[in-house]
Amino acid sequence: MSDILLRTSDLSFGYPERNGLFRKPALREVIKRVDLAVPRGSVLGLVGESGSGKTTLGRLLVRLLQPTSGGIQFDDVEIGQLDEAELRPLRTRIQMIFQDPQSSLNPRLRLGTTLTRPLGVHGRLRGQRDQRERAAALLDLVGLPPDFADRYPHELSGGQRQRAGIARALALEPDFIVADEIVSGLDVSTQAHILLLLKELRARLGLTMVFISHDLSVVRVLCDDVAILHHGEVVEYGAVARVFGAPQHAYTQQLLAAIPLPDIEPGWLDDAPPPVTSQQQGSAA
Amino acid sequence: MADLALGSPVARQSRLLAGLKRGGARLWIGAALVAVLVLAALLAPAIAPHDPLEQDLMSAQLPPAWMVGGDPAYLLGTDSLGRCVLSRLIYSARTAVAVALIAATLAALIGVALGLFAGSFGGWVDQLISRLIDVWMAFPPVLLSIVLAAVIGAGLTSVIAAIVVVDWTRFARVVRAETMVQLTRDYAAAARVIGMSRAKLLRLEILPNLVPLLVTLLAVEMGIAILVEVILSFVGISVSGDTPTWGSMIAEGRQIVYQAPWIMALPIVCIITSVIGLNLLGDGLRLALDPVQRS
Amino acid sequence: MTATLAVEGLKVAIGAANVLRGVSLALQPGEVRGLVGESGAGKSMLGRAVLGLLPANATIISGHIAFEGRDLLDMRETERRGLLGRRIALIPQDPMTSLNPVKRVGAQIGSLLRHHLGLSKPAALTRATELLTEVAIREPDRVLSLYPHEISGGMRQRVLIAMAFACDPGLVIADEPTTALDVTVQRQVLQLVERLRRRHGSAVLFVTHDLGVVAKICRSMTVLHAGRVLEEGQTADVLARPRHPYTRALLAATPRADRPAEALRPVPPALIEQLWSEAHRLDQPAIAGPA
Repeated sequence: MSDILLRTSDLSFGYPERNGLFRKPALREVIKRVDLAVPRGSVLGLVGESGSGKTTLGRLLVRLLQPTSGGIQFDDVEIGQLDEAELRPLRTRIQMIFQDPQSSLNPRLRLGTTLTRPLGVHGRLRGQRDQRERAAALLDLVGLPPDFADRYPHELSGGQRQRAGIARALALEPDFIVADEIVSGLDVSTQAHILLLLKELRARLGLTMVFISHDLSVVRVLCDDVAILHHGEVVEYGAVARVFGAPQHAYTQQLLAAIPLPDIEPGWLDDAPPPVTSQQQGSAA
Repeated sequence: MADLALGSPVARQSRLLAGLKRGGARLWIGAALVAVLVLAALLAPAIAPHDPLEQDLMSAQLPPAWMVGGDPAYLLGTDSLGRCVLSRLIYSARTAVAVALIAATLAALIGVALGLFAGSFGGWVDQLISRLIDVWMAFPPVLLSIVLAAVIGAGLTSVIAAIVVVDWTRFARVVRAETMVQLTRDYAAAARVIGMSRAKLLRLEILPNLVPLLVTLLAVEMGIAILVEVILSFVGISVSGDTPTWGSMIAEGRQIVYQAPWIMALPIVCIITSVIGLNLLGDGLRLALDPVQRS
Repeated sequence: MTATLAVEGLKVAIGAANVLRGVSLALQPGEVRGLVGESGAGKSMLGRAVLGLLPANATIISGHIAFEGRDLLDMRETERRGLLGRRIALIPQDPMTSLNPVKRVGAQIGSLLRHHLGLSKPAALTRATELLTEVAIREPDRVLSLYPHEISGGMRQRVLIAMAFACDPGLVIADEPTTALDVTVQRQVLQLVERLRRRHGSAVLFVTHDLGVVAKICRSMTVLHAGRVLEEGQTADVLARPRHPYTRALLAATPRADRPAEALRPVPPALIEQLWSEAHRLDQPAIAGPA
């Protein structure tokens, strides 16, 4: 059993784009030759601004998307080109928590149904009573009361929905979880609760995680290693303390300098902002 | 926990009440009108004052009871053959309800199935079904009915067949679009990450989200079915023989519209009320069910 | 010196829920004040109340809002609307929904200038070009001819900032203008707001939940929770020596890129409950004297 649970080698992904009527469609590369190695039990932060491709990379790692080239090895098994049938047994070990719990929890199903759905799909449920017990256990895992199983997603607050999303991802007791921007848009206090919950769960369940975020401060709290993504390429990669303490790449330095820390810093606003042209990409909200 | 401040748990009952409140006047009025229609159809033998086919030439063209010359025995008057208008109206409801229920349900079943396939498979399946929809939607149901009547004979079967054959497209088109939208939602992606098969995904996750939409479509389709049947029985290619239908009553009443206007007017009122009732009910149900997503 | 904005004891309710429970706030000319709070604290509501943009089912129960000495709540509707966009401006949170998607950028800026400043079409065009240059947009002529969806989010926000400062406002309310932006773009936008504020001498009420943003751009700050002011003062003081336990808790719960993980502490639920019960106690009307 290798030390590295998830590895990518030269991972690339692109969308085909029409290249005139008669030529083969060109590939618009969104992820370019990404190499990652996530040790068992560690948390890798994946940081990037909008347009960096971090969500696409996240979806590649859980095989919602298929790489156009390069490999993904999960527990030393190549999964990059497997089809749905071959992937199915692996789905119990690789899970995802989505950014917007409003849309990632089926609005017309009760929480209890949604949380135990993964178990049902893989034949692990033994009847109604078992379903209720498992739902209650999952809710308890994330600090929600058992009667929430009867609620619909819109009857929960944002923080509660996010917890439910985490609970659903844990239902199959996976080894590996990709969390896609799960604390963006949450209040500071709710965010802190969720981050601490994740830390606790990670320690308790021995999870390996990839934590996608645009917020470097949050990554500092939770992650062991960090990869900085810029226009689909990893421009910096290393232990959190090293990258934050001594960033090598200009983009990383730019990102860190741009973070407004809650300290008074007189010169922060003074540098004149560079003029922008209407062609400039990568700064879209 | 700081973010558990959502108050007391929401009981199943209060959700029902909230839904009913959201449905509002539309729901109640619509439900009432449709209930009247359905009850009339079901209980016709019990509540119709006379046999709808019984002729009494001595009492032909009697106006409604409250007008001059009316007879309280015939509350809404009689037609040229002395048949009780009220009884005929009530019995006509049976045809209307039968057509509405059967035709709309069949059209829905076919349309929803094809719409789901088109929306989820994409590619050539989608292309094929979409082209089918385009072509099919061009058929006017009335014309098609006439053709069908010529082939399989006039009657309720050809009416229902004509409606189903054309109107499945209404469902398919909308369901296809909505399926595609729902598939972009994260809960669909989450279902795939869990390892759900396509069939299960459509049935267990997507379909529940289509319910409010389908309810409205079904109600509207029932209204349309009633109207198509009226047109067809007006021109005489719906149910055969003496079976009373609103359409045939309008056809008869048209001949003598100046002498006995109520014979044409009353079926029209019934039709309008039924269709409005169905539309209101559909609307009200959608309001009652939909905000689950939009609170 | 008359305060640019003076809010006194403002109480606002939406239906049965109280969203502002006696908020008082004052902005001097040119002051940049951060209005900090979590969601539901009422900070957006305060901004909307000043702008006269409260939702239809909101009631102002009591209190005063004065702009440059004039009572806004007593004013005639037409007079108040004359102020909005001109002397009191808004930089909204979401640039995409604040710009008309079917009108070109130039047309939108133009109609604003013609409406408030009575400029002729050619004069408005020139002024619009100047404004875009002021917010550091290269090729302003090109941008003026584009539709909102054809320019990036950061650029849309710049356009809105340009429009906010277009008529030399005395007060600008910035409602979480950088929340949806990338962190590098956020810095540029904050620098821009500061530059324009200095140039036009406007006071800014900066609504945000981000203490870091407050630290960088706001000289003074007010902390809001459940529609109540819990703490206020000079930003430097409040951040260095927070007096209210809520402020302290917020600071402790804010993750910092320069500190290791262990330092993060969530806001104690007991504190939140206590604050809410204090707020609800305020809602109970004072017991009247004996009948």
